[in-house]
Amino acid sequence: MKFPVPHDVKAKTIPGTEGWERMYPYQYQFVTDDPVRSQYEKETFWFYDGLHYPEPLYPFDTIWDEAWFLALSQFNNRIFQVPPVRGVDHRMINGYVYISPVPVKDGEEIGSRVPNFMERAGYYYKNWDELEAKWKIKMEATIKELEDLQISPLPDLEDISVVTEALGESKGYHLIKNYDDLINLGIKCWQYHFEFLNLGYAAYVFFMDFTQKLFPSIPLQRITQMISGIDVIMYKPDDELKELAKKAIALGVDKAVTGNRDWVAVKAAVEKLPKGAEWLAAFEKARYPWFNISTGTGWFHNDRSWNDTLDIPLSGIQTYIGKLNSGASIDRPTEEVRAERDRITAEYRGLITNEADLKQFDELLGCAKTVFPYVENHLFYVEHWFHSVFWNKMREVGTIMKDHGMIKDVEDIWYMRRDEIKQGLWDVVTAWATGVTPRGSFTWPPEIEWRKGVMEKFRQWSPPPAIGIAPEVIQEPFTIVLWGVTNKSLADWASVQEVGDPDTISELKGFAGSPGIVEGRARVCRSAQDIRDLEEGEILVAPTTSPSWAPAFAKIKACVTDVGGVMSHAAIVCREYGLPAIVGTGHGTKVIKSGMMIKVDGSSGVITITR
Amino acid sequence: MDSATPMVCWFEECDKNSVDLVGGKCSSLGELINAGVRVPPGFALTTHGFKQFMRDAGVQSKVTELLDGLDHEDMDKLEEVSRVIREMIESCPISIELEDLIAESYRKLSVRSCIPAVPVAVRSSATAEDLPGASFAGQQDTYLWIRGIDDVMHYVRRCISSLYTGRAIAYRMKMGFPHELVAISVGIQKMANSFSAGVMFTVHPTNGDRSVIVIDSNYGFGESVVSGEVTPDHFVVNKVALDILERTISTKEICYTVDFKEQKSVATEIPLERQNVQSIIDDEVTELAWMGKKIEQHYGRPMDIEWAIDKDLPTGGNIFILQARPETIWSNKKPAQVSSGSTSAMDYIVSNLIAGKRVS
Repeated sequence: MKFPVPHDVKAKTIPGTEGWERMYPYQYQFVTDDPVRSQYEKETFWFYDGLHYPEPLYPFDTIWDEAWFLALSQFNNRIFQVPPVRGVDHRMINGYVYISPVPVKDGEEIGSRVPNFMERAGYYYKNWDELEAKWKIKMEATIKELEDLQISPLPDLEDISVVTEALGESKGYHLIKNYDDLINLGIKCWQYHFEFLNLGYAAYVFFMDFTQKLFPSIPLQRITQMISGIDVIMYKPDDELKELAKKAIALGVDKAVTGNRDWVAVKAAVEKLPKGAEWLAAFEKARYPWFNISTGTGWFHNDRSWNDTLDIPLSGIQTYIGKLNSGASIDRPTEEVRAERDRITAEYRGLITNEADLKQFDELLGCAKTVFPYVENHLFYVEHWFHSVFWNKMREVGTIMKDHGMIKDVEDIWYMRRDEIKQGLWDVVTAWATGVTPRGSFTWPPEIEWRKGVMEKFRQWSPPPAIGIAPEVIQEPFTIVLWGVTNKSLADWASVQEVGDPDTISELKGFAGSPGIVEGRARVCRSAQDIRDLEEGEILVAPTTSPSWAPAFAKIKACVTDVGGVMSHAAIVCREYGLPAIVGTGHGTKVIKSGMMIKVDGSSGVITITR
Repeated sequence: MDSATPMVCWFEECDKNSVDLVGGKCSSLGELINAGVRVPPGFALTTHGFKQFMRDAGVQSKVTELLDGLDHEDMDKLEEVSRVIREMIESCPISIELEDLIAESYRKLSVRSCIPAVPVAVRSSATAEDLPGASFAGQQDTYLWIRGIDDVMHYVRRCISSLYTGRAIAYRMKMGFPHELVAISVGIQKMANSFSAGVMFTVHPTNGDRSVIVIDSNYGFGESVVSGEVTPDHFVVNKVALDILERTISTKEICYTVDFKEQKSVATEIPLERQNVQSIIDDEVTELAWMGKKIEQHYGRPMDIEWAIDKDLPTGGNIFILQARPETIWSNKKPAQVSSGSTSAMDYIVSNLIAGKRVS
């Protein structure tokens, strides 16, 4: 299958964005001046990572792409030596990331990598629980280090203690150093992110694969259902909201808690009540660490956390109080989910007629169950907790940059690459030390204005889903399980751009994420803020969902997302709640409008717009 | 078989061990009824009854005489003898004793069904066909929408005579099966006035996937589906969770329904506006699959099932199983082993990582 040539796509520069390449790392560019590299790029299959990047990347936010570019590839290729695949290469066009798994082409070389992989990956699989416990300690220490990191403003005169304690270092030096530490902690956190993840996905994908060979017609969601009902900490933040809702009723503060959409007003009202202080203390306690949860995927600076926007967890608590006061249960039906999981697993096992197959099934299921908690839990530690704290530390850096005239607004810092910020901070601290004006205070503000315009133009551009030449075989487990690259999806991608006027579409397809059929009114929510408008019994239509959206699932009848596979958050949560879900529709939020009646068939993946 | 062996018996008095007495079809219906499956009521002329009929008026000895010394390769001669035998059987009066037994059962069936002269399906139920792996040629006679005792008697004889088609005679001779030992039973079953009907397999007929149930359906009686006269609607249902995985709605041009003037089953053209409409609703697909799953569990093997939905009965009690027999193609295949050698998860992961996923 052939897709557009990458260099041709890139050559059609959007007018007014000429020179955009300087906003991103130079190695991310498709090139024409280096014939060898250019040829490699032409012959390679690149697909747009829409799963992670629904929007063009801000220059600073590219940090996590670089972080996983390194981390995934090194674990695949240099640490575990996955036999048939090296790493995953990255490029960028107009701020959108394209990736490509790099195969090992020589059969002999693949063979020589097998023993290493068996030994190394085997060690992890065998000692999974113990190593995962170690991981948690490493990760928590990294987060602690991040939380303790000081980004201090530059004083006119250093404190006297610098003299009396003969410190010998200035706040200017600390700023440079701590910025480096901040970045390094982020990179380190992403090293840990991938320590287990690819192995986890491999176990998962091959359990799916084996089960599909046994039962060619089995829907993927039935396979994932066999691994449902396992406690993962991603549910913890939502559980905290439920506890706070119960406590509010028990302490008689529920009316005050539900009295206003604004947290400041609610807090003031609750404080006045006799048992208000007790509830507020419980609320404060829940915030650490559980409100360090992003309202988005956590990958972008504009995904604010619950701690940043307390109105959002408040609306969740309000939903739960409403449910409880109407006599409904707010607990996840974990027991039912487990009973159904066990029933389904037993029935499928019962259909396996061959002894060896049965043993293989049990082995692979056991392995998938072992890896599952990590595959879910790492998200809380990395994307949510660490990132939420990290973005705010970066805002502290932005504040200093702003104070020194380098940028006009704290949020302008995201338009700079992380190495440009480092350079800018040098400019700031040397100027501060010397008592002169930083050069950047003249050059950066207009550059950032220009970059804002470029980003705006990038957002209007639709990245082609795939470019280059598709291979016959894909061996990289991530590529298969996360992005769902298959013959069918490639064909779908090839046709995606032919979608005409969204108003004329009456049916669209996605992945069957969670079974069941319902019909209801659609509510399009583009961000976690919008979920406050959700009404009971509506069908949620979202670009993607994340754990902070959890309270929404207590209200809705079904869920539809633009991006994600059967392992995506929306699909997993819907299975836990027994709601139908269709994920990865591509453009559900563009086609469906709030108020439309839609029919969602979570078993076939078809959404019908009935009116 | 002693004289206490009944010549007529109700389906519910039979089970899977009654093949010698009532043939494969009827014994399987009895087995289903006793397993709690909804089957239209009916009764069988037993093989004992059949033998009695053949003995009365000396039919059997004449048949034996006619068949003696025939060459099974000589189809022309066989067809001629077959015509003589069949005419003789069809015109031979049933003894009063036997006729009384059949008429009494038919009357009781009408009373049970609350329909005077209840419409029935009259089918042959052979003792050797329908058995796993042994598809006996011929003997597939089915007569639909038969009303009144005279017609019932007539078609009972037609079913008996079907034992002596040229093809069936030749087949038995080739297999060395003595003609005097062959026996047939005839089932007389209340006919569902079916809105839709069809077949269902509890294994995927094309890939052997045991986790699905495949249902083919059309309007009217199931004959249009069984005979392959129409491309039916096609559903693939997950056996474990009972959700519909695939749904193919075909253009269905004809169906078999009752012509009430003539009181018989006729092929009718389906009105254009209904041709592309799903012939059974999703809830019925799910219920059918559930019934199929129960039947498979009862027999402990994949099954091939005929079913109908009665339009005169309310939802919830209107889906009937007309026939269930073991599926023969995949059941007799040794299932292909998917795992290879070692069953450790690690080995599987590595070997499959290396193999990769084909994308084109």
